Amino acid sequence: MVLQFTDRGIYCPAGDFHIDPWRPVPRALITHGHADHARPGHGAYLATRTAAPVIRHRLGDIPLDTIAYGETRRIGDAQVSFHPAGHVPGSAQIRVEVGGEIWVASGDYKTVDDGLSEPFEPVRCHAFITESTFGLPIYSWPDQAVLAADINGWWAENATAGRTSVLGVYSLGKAQRVLRLLDPSLGPILTHGAVEATNRVIRGQGLALPDTIQVTPDLDAKTHPGAMVLAPPSALGSAWMRRFGAVSTGFASGWMRLRGVRRRRAADRGFVISDHADWDGLNSAIRATGADRIFVTHGYTAQFSRWLTTQGYDAGIVETDYGGETLDEVTEEDPA
Amino acid sequence: MKRFADLFTALDQTTKTSVKTAALAAYFRDAPDDDKLWTIALLSGRRPRRTVTTTKLREWAAEVAGIPLWLFEECYPVVGDLSETIALVLPPATRESAHSLSHWIASLRALDKAEDAEKKAAILSAWDQLPPTERFVFNKLITGGWRMGVSQKLMTRALSQATGIDEPDLTHRLMGDWSPETTSFHTLVERPDPGASLSRPYPFYLAYQIDGPPEDLGTVTDWLAERKWDGIRGQFILREGQHFLWSRGEDLMTDRFPELAQLADFLPDGTVLDAEVLAFADEKPLSFARLQPRIGRKTVPKKLLAEAPVILMAYDLLEWEGADIRARPLSERRALLEGLIAGLPGGVPLRLSEAVPATGWPDLAAARAASREIGAEGLMLKRLSAPYLAGRKKGDWWKWKVEPLTIDAVMIYAQAGSGRRATLYTDFTFAVWKGETLVPFTKAYSGLTDAEFREITNWVRKNTKERFGPVRSVAPEHVFEIAFEGIQASPRHKSGVALRFPRMLRWRRDKPATEANTFEDLQQMLAQYG
Repeated sequence: MVLQFTDRGIYCPAGDFHIDPWRPVPRALITHGHADHARPGHGAYLATRTAAPVIRHRLGDIPLDTIAYGETRRIGDAQVSFHPAGHVPGSAQIRVEVGGEIWVASGDYKTVDDGLSEPFEPVRCHAFITESTFGLPIYSWPDQAVLAADINGWWAENATAGRTSVLGVYSLGKAQRVLRLLDPSLGPILTHGAVEATNRVIRGQGLALPDTIQVTPDLDAKTHPGAMVLAPPSALGSAWMRRFGAVSTGFASGWMRLRGVRRRRAADRGFVISDHADWDGLNSAIRATGADRIFVTHGYTAQFSRWLTTQGYDAGIVETDYGGETLDEVTEEDPA
Repeated sequence: MKRFADLFTALDQTTKTSVKTAALAAYFRDAPDDDKLWTIALLSGRRPRRTVTTTKLREWAAEVAGIPLWLFEECYPVVGDLSETIALVLPPATRESAHSLSHWIASLRALDKAEDAEKKAAILSAWDQLPPTERFVFNKLITGGWRMGVSQKLMTRALSQATGIDEPDLTHRLMGDWSPETTSFHTLVERPDPGASLSRPYPFYLAYQIDGPPEDLGTVTDWLAERKWDGIRGQFILREGQHFLWSRGEDLMTDRFPELAQLADFLPDGTVLDAEVLAFADEKPLSFARLQPRIGRKTVPKKLLAEAPVILMAYDLLEWEGADIRARPLSERRALLEGLIAGLPGGVPLRLSEAVPATGWPDLAAARAASREIGAEGLMLKRLSAPYLAGRKKGDWWKWKVEPLTIDAVMIYAQAGSGRRATLYTDFTFAVWKGETLVPFTKAYSGLTDAEFREITNWVRKNTKERFGPVRSVAPEHVFEIAFEGIQASPRHKSGVALRFPRMLRWRRDKPATEANTFEDLQQMLAQYG
């Protein structure tokens, strides 16, 4: 086996390294900066150049080496390269080749171009490790343009009615993606500190975002009427939000596709926007790899692997610690 | 349909009552009468007769979506709603339509006698011309079970705003045995026919569970304490020689309890009682489990009548000599009720729910503690000076239920939840020890915090022994205290018992699995409380 599944994470014996391990290891290759994939405590890290700033921002001063997309590096007896996964800026699928056999660990990915992350590139391989966060046919994402119109329409309507719009978004990836969809002519865009910290990192690496104003104690609905506020989901409904007076709350997540989830969130609006592939995205990505063997990690593993088996793949389930809480509103780092 | 779907979306997108009321009122001002009537019907739990089975809907939806049926069935528990699952898996519509809500309802009713092929063609054609929300609404019209986050009270308020008719008046007009197929908006709402009101019940007064010590309610003698009987709350109406029995959910139950028909011979005309329908034999109430087989049946076989005879345990008198007396204080209504029942000959299936005597709160605490022995769920406390209000209101009526029964059990199976909880393990099977083996006896899926569910989910993932479809057997390590309201012998369950309202009270991290309760403990509880 080019890659093995251990209780520390995905392991490559030929190169003696782990991919996105959840327990400390000597050498870790990291697909992207979300907390369930990039964890502290490893001896050495390798990630893409565009992923590195966020990983450093989150994990501090770690021994982190970087690699360009498409660049091949030899580690032990393995040839390793990183390829765009389209999940968040800098996110990668990791291709590992040993003795002519090619495996790809895709981390988290999406196939639509969000206009911010490096677009997903299919990588031909023999074995493909895929997530299945949204691996059921009920999940299908609307067009980016439709989403932008929905969010801006909601914002404009709130501004007219004298309400502040507060949108719950995860601070890495989702927040920046939403920022690029917003129409800044509608009003000021305010950000929670957690979102703004990631914005600074993303801007620092040369990605353009519209102007934002970080929320400080002297700032409220009177100083910035008709504003759009981007905040982590945990801030929705908290005391922090009171300063904005009359608000309409929204939440941006793939789970908003389901009415039951929208209702339990008790937000006024749910926008279906995810940095994971939808059903069609997963299926087309898997087809494009040309792989026969598919390993299904976090998500609807049982259903999705059964489906893949009926489609002629040699598919199995792999237990991991990734994205275990994707539906959970408490964890700020929820990557859905 | 678009107008109705837009209303649905507006209601669905807000949690604020005022916004919902405004949206509904606007709808009631603008919509055509037939649509208004159907909307009132749908929001008060009345739905068109089902003309297409859900089995067929599932098959057709999977076929149109190009997925195997098993995969569709896997989606259903995740979404938690069949109509929505269908709407989500279908490919986008290729046509448009401008038909109204009542048009689509009529088209569904027209399928009543149709062959399957014709039904299929009609449903597929509808799916192909409705955008997502309208499609969802359309499916809901077929399957029923409509929940739009609008209470009947909110709907009535909106209708009141739109029509200028008083809310209590409307509430009363909308109750009773009507259907959009036999009335019109004008007849039902705008010009009610006095003859139609014969069967009309009063809104039920509902109590909250008491949230502090009962002493906070003041002097005990200001209150009437009664047993909280474990049956079906009902309203018995006798007007112009005809009797009607309504459930709290506004279900007409008259024919299900034929033994109550004789009450018409003993009670004066113009009498309305608030009561509990209770299985009752040998001068004592039988368990709810004995009553249960009678709930679903429209006609009752003799055997069942003999096994679970029912009586009305009367709580209150709402109408007396044809006059609505709800505004009079409970003390006066009770006095009339007592007089009414005292005059009845023995053997008539109507009894007074006796007041529990008390000179101080400790008397009631003791009575409450003894509830289970006499087959009651606890006490009801009602202020003697209070009128009979409509709906759930705080202040004058309180439930004071007994503490639940509890048992410590070992978790042995886990299954993922649905909807928001789809990636969490939330549905567990619990077992008690019988010698060296664990005997499963109940499932439970509520009572833990989100954080605890997350923690147990991670544990389940790492400690799975076997998978059986969506169910995993796990190492028998964790002990949970299971709370429940009642226990019954049940031949359908492997353990021989069935629990009422089981839930996880707490995670007993302090207890090793070996210290969980035993099957003998469970048998003892069954003997004592079953």
